Amino acid sequence: MAGETLLELKNLKTQFFTDDGVVRAVDGVSFEMKRGETLCVVGESGCGKSVTARSILQIVDYPGRVVEGQILFHRQRQEEGKSEVNEIIDLAALDPRSRAIRDVRGKDISMIFQEPMTSLSPIHTIGDQIIEAIRLHLPVSKEEAEARAVELLRRVGIPRPGDRLNAYTFQLSGGMRQRAMIAMSLSCNPSLLIADEPTTALDVTTQAQILDLMRELKDEFGMSIMLITHDLGVVAEMADDVVVMYLGTVAEKGDVDSIFHDPKHPYTQALLRSIPKLGLRAQGIRLDSIRGMVPDPYNRPGGCPYHTRCDDFMPGLCDKITPPPIEMGEERLVRCLLYGDQKAMADQTQQTVKVR
Amino acid sequence: MAERELSKSPGITLSPNGMRSDALLQVQDLRMHFPIRKGFLRRVVNHVKAVDGVNLFIRPGETLGLVGESGCGKTTTGRCIIRAYEPTSGNILYRRNDEQIVDLAPMGKQDLKYYHREIRMIFQDPYSSLNPRMPVIDLVGEPMKVNKLARGQELEDRVAFLLRRVGMRPEYMRRYPHAFSGGERQRLGIARSLALDPRLVICDEAVSALDVSVRAQILNLLEDLQQEFHLTYLFIAHDLSVVEYICDRVAVMYVGKLVELTTTDELFAQPQHPYTEALLSAVPQPDPRFRARKQRIVLEGDVPDPANPPSGCYFHPRCRYSDGSLCANEEPALRETIPGHFVACHHAEKLSLRGVAVRDIAV
Repeated sequence: MAGETLLELKNLKTQFFTDDGVVRAVDGVSFEMKRGETLCVVGESGCGKSVTARSILQIVDYPGRVVEGQILFHRQRQEEGKSEVNEIIDLAALDPRSRAIRDVRGKDISMIFQEPMTSLSPIHTIGDQIIEAIRLHLPVSKEEAEARAVELLRRVGIPRPGDRLNAYTFQLSGGMRQRAMIAMSLSCNPSLLIADEPTTALDVTTQAQILDLMRELKDEFGMSIMLITHDLGVVAEMADDVVVMYLGTVAEKGDVDSIFHDPKHPYTQALLRSIPKLGLRAQGIRLDSIRGMVPDPYNRPGGCPYHTRCDDFMPGLCDKITPPPIEMGEERLVRCLLYGDQKAMADQTQQTVKVR
Repeated sequence: MAERELSKSPGITLSPNGMRSDALLQVQDLRMHFPIRKGFLRRVVNHVKAVDGVNLFIRPGETLGLVGESGCGKTTTGRCIIRAYEPTSGNILYRRNDEQIVDLAPMGKQDLKYYHREIRMIFQDPYSSLNPRMPVIDLVGEPMKVNKLARGQELEDRVAFLLRRVGMRPEYMRRYPHAFSGGERQRLGIARSLALDPRLVICDEAVSALDVSVRAQILNLLEDLQQEFHLTYLFIAHDLSVVEYICDRVAVMYVGKLVELTTTDELFAQPQHPYTEALLSAVPQPDPRFRARKQRIVLEGDVPDPANPPSGCYFHPRCRYSDGSLCANEEPALRETIPGHFVACHHAEKLSLRGVAVRDIAV
């Protein structure tokens, strides 16, 4: 099962049509996820990592919508009397309000959010919410659903799960709420769990508990995890593969070891240099920071989106050409002009200049 | 801190009211209890012991980190020091420029005014800590106006100077906060806190809300300003890797109490309190090689409710070294085990705890 493709994003574009103009939140994102792997999507705020995740489930907030591209989900289905059936559905083509996408949400793909207090209902008990999710997708009786809910709560490490079924969210601590949220997301054995900053609001010791739990559950339930985070420490701990995003585009993709020890894109390199690592101070090393800030979404720079802050900026190239994805060995992708055939690209710009 | 324990730090003498000779600010047995009221008569039924006996001292020119999980009372401690709250008990001894020692804890509003100039605060959220209706010149210049230190052209020059110091263009003086990004707003907050030439600046999660790349800029800025203006920082934070980078010494809090206080290097290499050990092991390291090597100590359960803390050592129900009798019954005092290393644990000397081997990871 492992190694098979589970999800493919192809040139995904999600845009927000506001009164002040169009925000290209996700601007041509392509990557692939394998069954059973943990993929971390990392980037600073405004880089489009959350919108990418929400696009997959078609839950982008108004006035945003998926305008282009494909989200191919390889679904395995157990049909009565037959063996497993593999089908490929394009989630991007589905109507956000259709039955088809609702059938995927919470069942094949489920999602957990940063702040469980705002994503769980405050006026329903934990039990009711989990039972609802189960009964929506599986043909079981109320009693069976309740038994399963108790089992799930026990599995995610909530003490006295039977009693907690009747608890409201405000009666639980932050860590417990996130556990309840995870229990709910697991209720229908999803093949993909999308976790959008699941531990950002939690303390470090609670974060450690939740990350451990997610790792255990991933193996137990045989699911893949897409982890959206800004914390490179969490990435290093959890990821098999990493996608680095900047301003709605994928800057670099690769396995976790190459991203951390052999980063290719100047943005990834700068990002890694700007986090405090233990022992840095003892060696008298000052933190490198990336100059400037993330550009205004209404006013995206042309060419490579990172060129305004890049130390390796090549005038006449980076601000003119949008870098194509360049393959650097197996499963490794970089979008930076430093690595392509620069001469060819330079010729290309020369020509465009001449034409003008 | 009792005199007996001080014998371990050579060359340090105590003033008559117990202040160390090397401290700029010393907090002694600080307590801040908030009443819980219930019923028609709003009777006090219990207290939230947000800060319950904190002892620490800050040396001039250093950066002292104050770390702990949410609800441990680190922010309340900071607010008590700037006297935004009136502490329930305890002393906040402060050494003035003329070497005179004053206690800020019982001081009245009128007397505090002067000290509010010397002790300033930088807040976490640059979005809610700046008044959206004030242009930059008023935001940064307000403390000077209120204290009648500058006005007119002089005020404007001073604001321009401060803006330049924090890396912003003085031309932006007439703009309102909404025109700035999070990092720039945090710079404005820093400029405002520097307006009165403070001696001690309390940074309450000053970089927690910022993106990685901007965070590095602000951390470097804080270091530069410390050099230039001879500032002393109390750096309240929950992110241990940031604390390790910027702080000279670190104080660890757990449920309203200080559990460990020592130099940054020693805390990370050889922690003496089991809670510190667990906290250090929980920090995700930004290096995948570390993954295989590390055995994480996962703490059971949640942080106790500060209104009903456990008996004895507050950490004993979650501690893997708890002996079940002494730990459960007797509250450990903060004591100096080796010179400069303060721990509140009965068994500190007997335990050999795991730190983070800095040399292993340094790239």
